[in-house]
Amino acid sequence: MTTNPAFELVVRRHGTSVLRMCTALLGPGPDAQDAWSETFLAALRAYPALAAGANIEAWLITIARHKAIDILRANHPVPMDELPESAVLPELTGQLEMLDSLASLSELQRKVIGYHYLLGFPYADIPAFLGGNPASLRRAAADGIKAMRSQHHEAEEES
Amino acid sequence: MSELAMHEMDVLRSQLAERAAAEGLIDVSYRLVDSPVGQLMLAATERGIVRVAFTAEDFDAVLGTLAEKVGVRVLHRAAPLDAAAAQLDEYFAHSRTGFELSLDHRLSSGYRLEVQLALPKIGYGHTVSYKEMAALTGRPAAVRAVGTACATNPLPILVPCHRVLRSDGSLGGYLGGLEAKKVLLDLEHDRLAGPSS
Repeated sequence: MTTNPAFELVVRRHGTSVLRMCTALLGPGPDAQDAWSETFLAALRAYPALAAGANIEAWLITIARHKAIDILRANHPVPMDELPESAVLPELTGQLEMLDSLASLSELQRKVIGYHYLLGFPYADIPAFLGGNPASLRRAAADGIKAMRSQHHEAEEES
Repeated sequence: MSELAMHEMDVLRSQLAERAAAEGLIDVSYRLVDSPVGQLMLAATERGIVRVAFTAEDFDAVLGTLAEKVGVRVLHRAAPLDAAAAQLDEYFAHSRTGFELSLDHRLSSGYRLEVQLALPKIGYGHTVSYKEMAALTGRPAAVRAVGTACATNPLPILVPCHRVLRSDGSLGGYLGGLEAKKVLLDLEHDRLAGPSS
């Protein structure tokens, strides 16, 4: 491949899954939509310089992650020294469709999983956004992951 | 995807295209239009219309070629192509015999471009042979090259390669298929022959 695909095809192929990721992190509505728009606008600016054949989905996830963190920070003015380390759950990066099952979790489970696994916040930092304590949030995430895994397996057995 | 989610995605995509245009981030805008020769894809750069494609060419493949040859920042955006869409409508409705549009000829070069630039000299409703076209460009022996120039015309209909036929009067080839070529020739012939002209 000498050139990356037309940007229109990138939006068509990944637009829905990026919105799903933004919605999982920020809830449905204007925040998720803003994160989506900022993600694709930033991607469009940088696209001509992206190496041909690059993993476009992973690249978009990285951009979306930064945009979601920007919006979270704007909404929750909590002190944070630096951007959290990337700690994306491999199962989630492999297939953003997995995020579909996030929608069926409780809001707390969904957000803790999003903040910790997609955005990379340590559990100790998450009470600043969601209240509670690190141990209870860790449990909520573990329950949510378990529910997602069993859903995912059911879906695979059906197909 | 639910209908609501599809609508949300459509709104987000069109907002993205508007913001991208405002920031000058678009290399190629494109849109689709319906016509008597099937759905057409129109594409434009900031210089003008750069491509008209027929359904048979596979629009996604054409977008890929535009990304490669013009720039990867290709987005769906109708506004820059409104004038072209309106003039094509008028053409197909027999109320227009020529196009007044800025064209971007960057997809052609050399003798092909020379031929394509000379094609509009063939008037509406008229036809010439590949051989006459070669003579018209001052290279009477270049009959085959004229055929290639017509077959690779990136701006069909607007640049009237459909008006070039074989010397025996048969249609020759056409990127959009022979049926499309016949529709265009009949359309122009009907208007000239019609009582209102």
